[in-house]
Amino acid sequence: MTIKVLGMGCPGCLRLMENVKSAIKNQKRDDTVEKITDIEEIMKYGVMHMPALVIDEKVVSSGKILSVSEVESLITK
Amino acid sequence: MTMMTSFADWLTSSALGISLESGLGKSVQYFIADSITIILLLVLITHAMSLLRYYLPVEKLRDFLTSKKLYGSSYFFASLFGAITPFCSCSSIPLFIGFLEAGIPLGITFAFLITSPLINEVAVALMLGVFGWKVTLLYVVAGMTLGIFGGFMLGKLHMERYVADFVWKIKSSESSSQRKKKEPFSSVLRFTSKEAFSISAKIIPYVLAGVIIGALIHGYVPTGYFDTLISRSGIFAVPIAVLVGVPLYSNATGVIPIIESLIAKGIPLGTALSFMMAVVGLSLPEALILKKVMKWKLLAAFFGIVALGIMVIGYLFNFIRI
Repeated sequence: MTIKVLGMGCPGCLRLMENVKSAIKNQKRDDTVEKITDIEEIMKYGVMHMPALVIDEKVVSSGKILSVSEVESLITK
Repeated sequence: MTMMTSFADWLTSSALGISLESGLGKSVQYFIADSITIILLLVLITHAMSLLRYYLPVEKLRDFLTSKKLYGSSYFFASLFGAITPFCSCSSIPLFIGFLEAGIPLGITFAFLITSPLINEVAVALMLGVFGWKVTLLYVVAGMTLGIFGGFMLGKLHMERYVADFVWKIKSSESSSQRKKKEPFSSVLRFTSKEAFSISAKIIPYVLAGVIIGALIHGYVPTGYFDTLISRSGIFAVPIAVLVGVPLYSNATGVIPIIESLIAKGIPLGTALSFMMAVVGLSLPEALILKKVMKWKLLAAFFGIVALGIMVIGYLFNFIRI
């Protein structure tokens, strides 16, 4: 699946990105992870709190720095 | 919090054997009393606010502002919602665009944007701990009033054309509501409590650092030390405090314990609070971020009006004396 991390480069967004990468590695998956920093692109998802996580074009979390295990449970669902 | 003070007295003098008359004793006593009180309040208030936010996420608040005919009270509600929404500078642009895009007028959007960094649960918990409820209440009322009037004035200036052009073209997908199925209250409680503890845990190091600096000022800076400093700047103390505060950037967490000590050593409450509001509410990094969505004129009007409002609040607090 395609995973996108939305955020304009704040420390929280970078941390979420790291956690997503670790989660994918832990689960031995090969999902593509994209970092979306362009504000116009971000607004298309209609979220107002950063960072946000998008899986297969669906917003699954916003305004939260999900932990590695939280991301794992989201991607293995 | 007299119970906490007597506990801290006992711990310092009897258990640790440090004289309460010494500089070290005063610092230690202050540190114990303040850090315990603040941490307790922090955990309590973050719990309440996490729960409130679970049921009232910002998307819902925005829909409330767009759907209801609120007449003049929209400014009040926008400011109130700003107060209960946690502020993070990386969310300020998405919030700004999200509000405008939903059809909320510019002035009302600003009412939200001005109040949001000034008032948050952490600031309120800290202020209750160090200043007591009277000053805290006054601060909350002042912060909300600033948002309401600032937003109202910016709205009256009709500055829509100074919003970056691309903002008006953005169309976000309709339903972004991710609120899934109804969860039983017990699991909501577990979830929000976890969030509250994680917010508290993240903040506590900063609070402790602030309290330590505050404690050192308490113990070692003679009372009245700042009197000469302030009397020298006299009537201009408030504007100077604001001008010094704007370039600095910090959240309320680190600043409040320091402010309290400064007040104890002779800086007037209003001057200290306007310094704090300037540090928390206006900042250069924030301006750089907002520059992406606002043209210079709007950004200048925003900063100008808020800075002016903070000065008025500073003079008022100095004047009323609590």
